Parts: sequence; C-alpha cells; structure tokens
Amino acid sequence: MNAMVKAENVHKSFGHVEVLKGIDLEVKQGEVFCLIGPSGSGKSTFLRCINHLEKVNAGRLYVDGELVGYRQKGDKLHELKDSEVALKRRDIGMVFQRFNLFPHMTALENVMEAPVQVKGESKAAARERAGALLERVGLADKAGNYPSQLSGGQQQRVAIARALAMEPKLMLFDEPTSALDPELVGDVLDVMRDLAETGMTMVVVTHEMGFAREVGDSLVFMDGGVVVESGNPRDVLTDPQHERTKSFLSKVL
Amino acid sequence: MTVDTEKKGPEDTPPSAPQAIKAVPVRHYGRYVSAVVALAALGAIVFAFAQGEINWDAIPEYFFDSRIVGGMRETLLLTVLSMAIGVAGGILLAVMRLSKNPVTSSIAWFYIWFFRGTPVLVQLFVWFNLGFVFEYINLGPIYKDEWSDFMTPFLTALLGLGLNEAAYMAEICRAGLLAVDEGQTEAAHALGMSHSKTLRRVVLPQAMRVIVPPTGNEVINMLKTTSLVAAVQYYELLRNAQDIGQSSGATVEVLFLAATWYLIMTSILSVGQYYLERYYARGSSRQLPPTPWQKVKANMLSLRRPEVAR
Repeated sequence: MNAMVKAENVHKSFGHVEVLKGIDLEVKQGEVFCLIGPSGSGKSTFLRCINHLEKVNAGRLYVDGELVGYRQKGDKLHELKDSEVALKRRDIGMVFQRFNLFPHMTALENVMEAPVQVKGESKAAARERAGALLERVGLADKAGNYPSQLSGGQQQRVAIARALAMEPKLMLFDEPTSALDPELVGDVLDVMRDLAETGMTMVVVTHEMGFAREVGDSLVFMDGGVVVESGNPRDVLTDPQHERTKSFLSKVL
Repeated sequence: MTVDTEKKGPEDTPPSAPQAIKAVPVRHYGRYVSAVVALAALGAIVFAFAQGEINWDAIPEYFFDSRIVGGMRETLLLTVLSMAIGVAGGILLAVMRLSKNPVTSSIAWFYIWFFRGTPVLVQLFVWFNLGFVFEYINLGPIYKDEWSDFMTPFLTALLGLGLNEAAYMAEICRAGLLAVDEGQTEAAHALGMSHSKTLRRVVLPQAMRVIVPPTGNEVINMLKTTSLVAAVQYYELLRNAQDIGQSSGATVEVLFLAATWYLIMTSILSVGQYYLERYYARGSSRQLPPTPWQKVKANMLSLRRPEVAR
C-alpha cells in the first residue's frame, strides 16, 4: 500500500513557540487516520501543514509521494509558487471546525463554487453533481438555503459535500464536530462513516473517541508537539502504554 | 395544520382570555413641551424669512430652467463618474495596501497619505494649473496634444474629485476586507482557489456589506462636493444657478433653489442606498429587512387587526 501522507521529522514554529517538534508518521491510502490529543498538542497545526495552510520549518512532509510546499532540485529546495500550491490543494479536501461555509451563497452554490471556479466545470454539470452530493449528506431539501438558515450539523455536512465536490484523494477533518450541539454530532459522524466506507483516505483530528474506535484504522496520540503513542485505535484506546496517554484517556473517556 | 377529529373534554372549550389591563398611561409632559418649543422656533424662522426681502416667486419661475436642469445633469454625471473612479481606485488601493508585496503596499500608503492630507479644492487647482509643468501631453503614437487642450475643465474636475475620492474609498474598502473572517479565505484556498478568485468570489462580496453604507455616505458627499468645481471653470448646478442669480437679480433665491435640488437628489440617492444594502444583506440574516413598500402593506393589514407590539 502506498503512503498518502508521510511525515519525516516535521517541525513547525510560530515565532519562538515550537508547536511541532519532530513528527514522524505515515497515513496509508484508503485508511481513516485519527489524531487525538489535548488542545495545544499541535494536531490541528499538523493537519494544516498537510494542506499548505502552514509552512513546515524543518523536516519533510509528503502527500501522495510529492513534497509539500517545496520542489527539490538537486540538494536545494525551492518554494512553490502560490498557483502551484493552489493546484495541489485541489486534490485535498478540508473540513473546518467552524464550517467556514460562504455565507453569501446557498448550500448548492457553496458546493458548486469550486468545481465551476477552479476546475472550470460547466454550471449545469456542477449543479447536477452538487445536488447529488447534497443528497448524499442527507440535505437535498436544503439546497436553496443560506448557511445562516441551517443548523450547525447541517452546515458541517454541506461543508463536507463542498470538499467532496473537488473529488479529492485525501480528506482532512479539523475537529469537525467540536463546534456542534451534542445531538447534532451523530449526523456528521454518520456522513464521515459512509465516506470511510467508500475507501476515502481520511485524516481526522477529533475528540470523538467512539468514532476513532469504530471507524479508525490507525490512531496517533499527540502531546506537546510530538507523537506519544500510535497504533490500532482499539488497542491504544483500551490498553494505552504510556502514562500520558493513560491520563488523557482517563479524562476524556 | 392538523385538525383533531376526536373532541376532548376540557380542551374543547377555549380557555377564557385573561382580562386586558386598562391602566392610566404615564404622561410624557416633556414631549408636549419640546413640541411646542420646536414649533415656536420653526414659526419664528419661517416668519423671519417671509419678512426678508426675498422674491419667493423667482424660485418656481427658474425651478425647471434649462440652465438648472442642464447643470443638474452635469452635477450627476460628475458625481457618478468620479465615484466610479473613486470606488475602482479605492478597491485597487485597499488590495494593494493589504498585499504582502511591500512595494505595492507602500505605494498605496503614500497615495492615501497624499490625497487625504491635502484639501480637495487645492488638488483641483493643482490639476487646473498643471499646464505650468507639462506643456504637451505625449503618449507616443497614441495621443499627442497641448496640455491646455487636453486638460478640459471636465477632465480637471473628474480627476480632481475622483482621485481624491479613491483615497477615502481605499480606507473604507480596507475596513471592509479586514472585516471578513479569515476562515473564509482559508476555506477558499483549501478548495484550490487562487488569491484573486478568493478575493473576487468570496471576500469582496462579503466585504460589500461593510463597504456599502459608508460608500452611500460618500456618494452623497460627492454630490455636494461637485459644487467646488466651479472653481476650475466647470459649469454645474451651483455655478449655473449663480449665473441665473446674477443676470436676474435673484441672487439669494437661486441659492435656495439649488439647495432644494441638492436635497431632492440626495434623498433619491438615500433610497437607492437602502436597496443596495438590502441586496448585500442576503445570507447574513435569516430574513431580509422589508422594503418600504412591504412595510406599508404590512401596516395597512395591521390597521384592520392591530398586532400586539413586539
């Protein structure tokens, strides 16, 4: 199996604060990869690095075999142009904690936007596909609604449909259910579960241990910018080896 | 609505409504007093003007004079065109100012510093007198002429007002762009949209909500500021009115006339602004605010059956 994401000793600092202190991990194609850990552990930052939203300071990060943010020529690294970065982002879908739907567009227009504007798809084709995607996330009847007319759970499902509209090979989820009312979490997790079953490669930063245990193929526990423990979610969650993992899980489970 | 076919005991009879409270309302004596004072002051002002040596008949006589109507057309034309320059330039300057490129952001900073920092009347005079600096205008094979032929009063007025306005619009647009949540840019970038697409499709439409109200203010301001261009020999509403005043002897009367026309035009612009704001509010609130016409209709309906105050 190919590695979809490969991190080798990835470092990231904001000013003097080192947020990632050498991350090594590998996300295989088609797997659901869960990142858990306390807030400030760097898991969201790492996720954002995968999508070039943050620049890696040291180490190497590969997506689908290609270096993220740089091009290697001989032994020199060249920064990628913005347009080249944008080109790579097409293949990576991202879902945010705060949804970040475009508030001035309807649900359908949100989903159509990128295929039409980025890929140059015809409006008719994009509309048809967007309708199908909204149906897939259970929101066919909300196509004409603006985000402000939708609940948080519905907005997040539209956001997932919007990311899927670009037909990505990798989906990143940044705490997709953390901003939701507890009773709305289930709908979003159901959509993600369905997506996992289609074989989509997913990297999920989450506090939903139930989801990680049921759907996850691999799990990494991060703390203080390093990977503390990793392995099969069922093993790590039920029988953690490190003291830090144990104390974290005892608080959240 | 669902209708219960099965009638149930106590719920069948409607509960008796509690008796409405009839209380003596608080008397707002201050309101009566202030109304009397205001009316008295207004009466005094009207009386003073009626006593003055003003030939009121001159106003209706010249109200639709061809010079007045023509001047108004020039005023509106100048307002629209210089605002167009102002808005386009303002957006450009705001984007330059916020750009990561230090050269463009410094240029924008300098432009705004200069044009905001000098009076627009001075700028108009400078444009008018640029012939002292440039004798000819020479754009190679495209255009070549003497400066005084090229720089007509209209162009002077347009450049003077438009370029000055761009500096003010730049700050308004910058505030609008900064008001858009950063998550919007991130979401657009994550979808693979370029910087310019993100700006055009995602950020600007949302910034418009913040940009439109002060821009409406600027349009109204511009309409009035156009009266300054009389100084560079451009004939607009005020200048034409003054000419009529001088030839007919109704000097003060035509000023009232001009003021009335300015008021009418700014009032129409305010209505336009309302609808523009309503357009850009879509999606940001669950329900659009009613148009004045919808409000009237709602009031007519509520006349029949008064609604409880909300």
